[in-house]
Amino acid sequence: MMSGSSRAALAVLALALLALYAVPLWHVALIAPQYPEGLGFYIWVDRMSGDLQSINGLNHYIGMKAIVPESIPELRFMPWALGALVAAGLVAAAWGRRVALTMWVALLAGGSLIGLADFYRWGYDYGRNLDPTAAIKVPGMTYQPPVLGTKELLNFKATSLPAAGGWIALAVMLVGLALILRERRLARRVT
Amino acid sequence: MTVDADAAQSVYVAPGDHDELYAFMSGGFSGNVSVYGLPSGRLLQQIPVFSQYPEKGYGYSEQTKALLETSWGFIPWDDSHHPQLSVTGGEQDGRWLFINGMNTPRVARIDLATMETDEILELPHTAGSHASPFLTENSEYLVSATRFSVPTVQRDVSIRAYKEQFAGVLSFVRLDPEHGRMSLAFQVMMPGFDYDLARAGKGRSHGWAFFTSYNSEQASTMKEIGASQADKDFIAAINWKRAEACVAEGKAKTIPARYAHNVMDHSSGVATTHMQASSVMLNAGDCPNMVYFLPTPKSPHGTDIDPTGELIVAGGKLATVIPVHSFSKMIAAIEARDFDGEIGGVPVLKYEATIAGEVQNPGLGPLHTEFDGTGHAYTSVFISSEIVKWSTETFTVVDRVPTYYSVGHLMVPGGDTKTPYGKYVIALNKITKDRYLPTGPELTQSAQLYDISGPRMRLLLDFPTVGEPHYAQALPAKLIKDRQVRVFAIAENNDPYATKRVQDTRVQRRGTRVDVYMTAIRSNFMPDNIEGIQLGDSVFFHVTNLEQDWDVPHGFAMMGNRNAELLIMPGRTRTLVWVPQRVGVYPFYCTDFCSALHQEMQGYVRVSERGANVPLAWNGPNGTLR
Ligand SMILES: [Cu+2]
Repeated sequence: MMSGSSRAALAVLALALLALYAVPLWHVALIAPQYPEGLGFYIWVDRMSGDLQSINGLNHYIGMKAIVPESIPELRFMPWALGALVAAGLVAAAWGRRVALTMWVALLAGGSLIGLADFYRWGYDYGRNLDPTAAIKVPGMTYQPPVLGTKELLNFKATSLPAAGGWIALAVMLVGLALILRERRLARRVT
Repeated sequence: MTVDADAAQSVYVAPGDHDELYAFMSGGFSGNVSVYGLPSGRLLQQIPVFSQYPEKGYGYSEQTKALLETSWGFIPWDDSHHPQLSVTGGEQDGRWLFINGMNTPRVARIDLATMETDEILELPHTAGSHASPFLTENSEYLVSATRFSVPTVQRDVSIRAYKEQFAGVLSFVRLDPEHGRMSLAFQVMMPGFDYDLARAGKGRSHGWAFFTSYNSEQASTMKEIGASQADKDFIAAINWKRAEACVAEGKAKTIPARYAHNVMDHSSGVATTHMQASSVMLNAGDCPNMVYFLPTPKSPHGTDIDPTGELIVAGGKLATVIPVHSFSKMIAAIEARDFDGEIGGVPVLKYEATIAGEVQNPGLGPLHTEFDGTGHAYTSVFISSEIVKWSTETFTVVDRVPTYYSVGHLMVPGGDTKTPYGKYVIALNKITKDRYLPTGPELTQSAQLYDISGPRMRLLLDFPTVGEPHYAQALPAKLIKDRQVRVFAIAENNDPYATKRVQDTRVQRRGTRVDVYMTAIRSNFMPDNIEGIQLGDSVFFHVTNLEQDWDVPHGFAMMGNRNAELLIMPGRTRTLVWVPQRVGVYPFYCTDFCSALHQEMQGYVRVSERGANVPLAWNGPNGTLR
């Protein structure tokens, strides 16, 4: 069994994920000479916000299809998945078995990785399925934004980084890992 | 005069940096307002007000034409003189800018968040709206006066009957505190002098307004001589709170009047004209204790009130001193009934009873005065072409600098408010002669910027102005810069002819009228091919700019159209009417270089003979032209 303090900490971690309903997960920033104040958009657990209209307007030159958040199913079920993750964390804390803690952290890490992979898939889909009749032919017909980091895309410098929600998720994961290590140490001391 | 070596540094605004102040300069006979940055003197924008402005399609598009309607019909030009920023508590609030149209008397309101003209009110019973528009301390009223007395109400009389038949009318325009909407509250009929300039009181003189007058001789011809005979003319001091009371007591008459009130609706972007049929006229003699004449030497031009509201400074064009009246002495003289007769029912106060001091040796032809808030006044002096700085405590001249040449108004930022910003004074010069590269017989007018932060005035910069810069106002940039509107929300566009989605583009015929519901977005018009237009049709291009991005207007110009272009701000709809004259296929295109593919932003209209067998067709989601 986990120590009482670890169980409480796990419950707090699970509840901390509720913040992800209130803050965006990821941010893509675009810088170009004509946009000194920058363009960009945020990905939330259930929606996208920012300068999508302007970005879509610009992307039509290279034949990228418009980003329409309503057509992205992930934004519909991610809130439920997040809810399930919070509930699972609370159940694990109540149950109190060490293996539950490990499983929950693994679930969070796995979910995050799947999310990033999915983000990459969408970027690939938008960035490689360019309309061949578009006004501007992008070299190699690829215009794929980075998942993490900075990339030059024609006149734009695109930077993709976690937003507040992403950082919270990462912090929860790291504290979760620390809890696992702590519980291991406690377990060795007991035996 | 030499310029200090560090003058350039004082006005240099590095590329990409912003100026410290916005200055709004009247465009004079251009009819418009130009916006400058200070201290750089860079021209930032021109705001069309009383004159058609083809560059923006102002007064050409169907939505803006109504702003230039008057009781005389559509008048596409005027002469704008005095910009005036709205005030609250006697301080600039950065909401609106007002300006007068002199020739066909009008006053306009410009929204400082969009820098667009939102409203124009014609002033009835007025000829030459020169003493206009000046605001009371909380922008309760905008005051205005007639410069050319005329038969009031207008009628067919001999000009020789000037003294008996002509009157000068002062107007009090009420401003709605929330939206700034103007309405003519009441007018005051005064003896037939020329009323020249005005200021409303503030601080202790709040509740009063002051109008200079000349031609108290009441000459009707060769006023150059005839109006310059008397040693003194008058400042008319009017207690507008008393006037309000007399109106409320029923002492005014409602008389016939014809004037237009033009209002731009913010959500639709469409202006409409409301013709008015009457005004409330109060005879000066019918409302005792309301208005008094302050004798003032000689043919006074400007009248300016110091930041405390105590000093009433006149600019006697032909006077050898600057006369300064005291508001509190004036009140005491009124209470003591220290009068020297009356004119047309208006008591004349004794000069000695109201005068606080005379500034000696002010130069020749003092006109206008502004204040720096630290006990100094700055008076423009036309004939000797200089600015004279004097102490408002000792009434003595402390400094003077030449201007190049013939300064009219001058302006200290906030210099007419309770708390002047100070720091600079700008001379607004009538002639420039040799100051710039010559450009044929017509030379630019000019402004000059002086530093007034030290004990001596220092010339920093000359810069050319658009039209004649009669008067100007300036405010700190931070007061309005973050409130500038960037785009109009397309979802809130209530223009009845708006096309908010490309899917809704269409062409409709009703008799000989054809409405084209067109969208513009980088880099196409939709529809961009239209057939089935016939000679005799009137084609209404309703172009909606779908952009929601800052600084992306689209233009629209149609070949052979006897009109101007449209310049459509993001989210707005503008309509251009075209009456095709010849059979053929004619292009239209975007005039504002909007994008890399701007040159591709174009289209064609096919024009056929009347009755031709070409069906109305267009391309696009709903179009039949494939
Ligand atoms: Cu364009």
